[in-house]
Amino acid sequence: MRTPVTERYPLAFRLYPYVKSPDQTAVTPIRHKVVVAGGGPVGLATALDLGLRGVPVLVCDDQEGVGLGSRAICFAKRTLEICDRLGAGVSMLAKGVQWNIGKVFHDNRLLYEFNLLPEDGHAFPAFINLQQPLFEKFLHEAIVKAQSQGAPIEIRGSNRIDAVVRHEDHVTIDVMTPDGPYVLEADWLVACDGARSPIRSMLGHGFDGRVFEDNFLIADVKMKANFPTERWFWFEPHFKSGDSALLHKQPDDIWRIDFQLGWNIDRQKELKPENIRARVSAMLGPDVDYELDWCSIYTFQCRRMEKFRNGPVLFAGDSAHQVSPFGARGANSGMQDADNLGWKLALVVQGLAPDTLLDSYDSERVYGADENIANSTRATDFITPKSAISKLFRDAVLQLAETVPFARTVVNSGRLSMPCTYDGSPLNGPDVASFPARTRPGSPCPDAPIGADWLLRLLGGNFTLLAIDADVPTTFSACGIPLSVLSVSGRDNKALGERYLGNATSAVYLIRPDQHVAARFEHFDEEVVAAAVGRAIAKDVVDA
Amino acid sequence: MLETRPNFDRPDESYALLIKAHEGLSEAESHAMNARLILILMNQIGDHAVIAEALALARNVRAAT
Repeated sequence: MRTPVTERYPLAFRLYPYVKSPDQTAVTPIRHKVVVAGGGPVGLATALDLGLRGVPVLVCDDQEGVGLGSRAICFAKRTLEICDRLGAGVSMLAKGVQWNIGKVFHDNRLLYEFNLLPEDGHAFPAFINLQQPLFEKFLHEAIVKAQSQGAPIEIRGSNRIDAVVRHEDHVTIDVMTPDGPYVLEADWLVACDGARSPIRSMLGHGFDGRVFEDNFLIADVKMKANFPTERWFWFEPHFKSGDSALLHKQPDDIWRIDFQLGWNIDRQKELKPENIRARVSAMLGPDVDYELDWCSIYTFQCRRMEKFRNGPVLFAGDSAHQVSPFGARGANSGMQDADNLGWKLALVVQGLAPDTLLDSYDSERVYGADENIANSTRATDFITPKSAISKLFRDAVLQLAETVPFARTVVNSGRLSMPCTYDGSPLNGPDVASFPARTRPGSPCPDAPIGADWLLRLLGGNFTLLAIDADVPTTFSACGIPLSVLSVSGRDNKALGERYLGNATSAVYLIRPDQHVAARFEHFDEEVVAAAVGRAIAKDVVDA
Repeated sequence: MLETRPNFDRPDESYALLIKAHEGLSEAESHAMNARLILILMNQIGDHAVIAEALALARNVRAAT
């Protein structure tokens, strides 16, 4: 059955209205290099990364823009760094709300407060709060800018993917549009089509994990109240809304309130404005004036696909893995998927790397997903203990936390998203054990100021040879890939020295295009570095 | 490594103090106190490997040699 393309949800921004493509009247299906399914944050970032690398990419989205509703609101430093590389980080930072203080309450008592204490010497803060529609709009603006500079990115709105057939080296895709169906082919399909991924179902892949029997009510309220820009979290709040609640500020005087409601609830009843207002008023107090901006009830699961790569089909973001909301690990981990996949897929499409490089996308991001699922599951079990004894210990921790500092380290209202270090990745090359642990192979490069600029900006998105007070050639190629060469000095640069040198006086780093460390050396040796480049693009299959 | 050889300074006094600390508490209050005590002692040990050994021994004391 061919149902027409319909608007599944109201839009915040109509960014890519439907336009009929010549592909729709082609006699034989047009073959594309890469098709991205879904125009959410992960789909847009993937398309932008590929396009900036000169790889032709087509995004098919069944809507014509960004859906209404704040949804993901906490974006981590690593996400901002990735977006900065893609050309959207500065506008996100300008619009987002920065925060450092968090307060944790039990009932009506303040247990303790924490400060994210952002480390000096980074271009971006630890977190910003920004409504997801704005995050997506900034990515789309960067796409429009990249397109105007020749990046081969096309977005087709109201193009719904109805069927995918997998062949050995390509896929056939049935697309539905307002003008009827057409067929496409693609060498590669990146499924960024969300937690309910239709493509995952079409290809019959499982999505197993743990269901948490709980409902969360999100209420975004607009108010000019005098609450500080802090993250407030309640265990068993005094306003009796349920097991936990969260208050967090977004731009434009919008505040995110999250109420954990429990399992056996009447959704329709809880979503009635008067019932939402009763909860919000109990939380904020009787004298606070506010209006409801957006409300939604959601449940969550912690689960992932067994493999994120299935031949020519790659899964990224929520389609591949889902976590609980505690810790802001959903959208942030999806952005790390896009970051990890973009350069690998580009090298494979360009014929510079074997397609087995994409198996490392699977292994590295499965590792990342497992880390996120473990963290968010632990937070969930602390917030909603699953047995009487678990509750006993949880309450003991909360009781101690008020007066005894050690207990605060065990209180878990969500461990905030940190980028994944790919320890043990087959792409990792040689290490120098005496260099700082935080920049070991597999690590995301920590930023550092370089003169008036920033290290990550200077690294950009190519393979880079980073020389710190070390002799390297001014140009260097390996495996047909020209590397960028960046020579900097760690003298009089405390941040760079601490993060990259430790007690050493010089170092040579091989940095991947996603700004993760591939290998590091005491001195530059052409053969050794070239071998590490080969390893980082999966060319040394012999000992991989 | 978990210490399973005698390590008490004054074993009888320490044990008596433990029992005395529970005096006058309801069963629920005693359980809550034990939970707090376990957390305090876990932090005192600190070393995750030792804590894991202690938990394994407590869980299956008959299997231990």
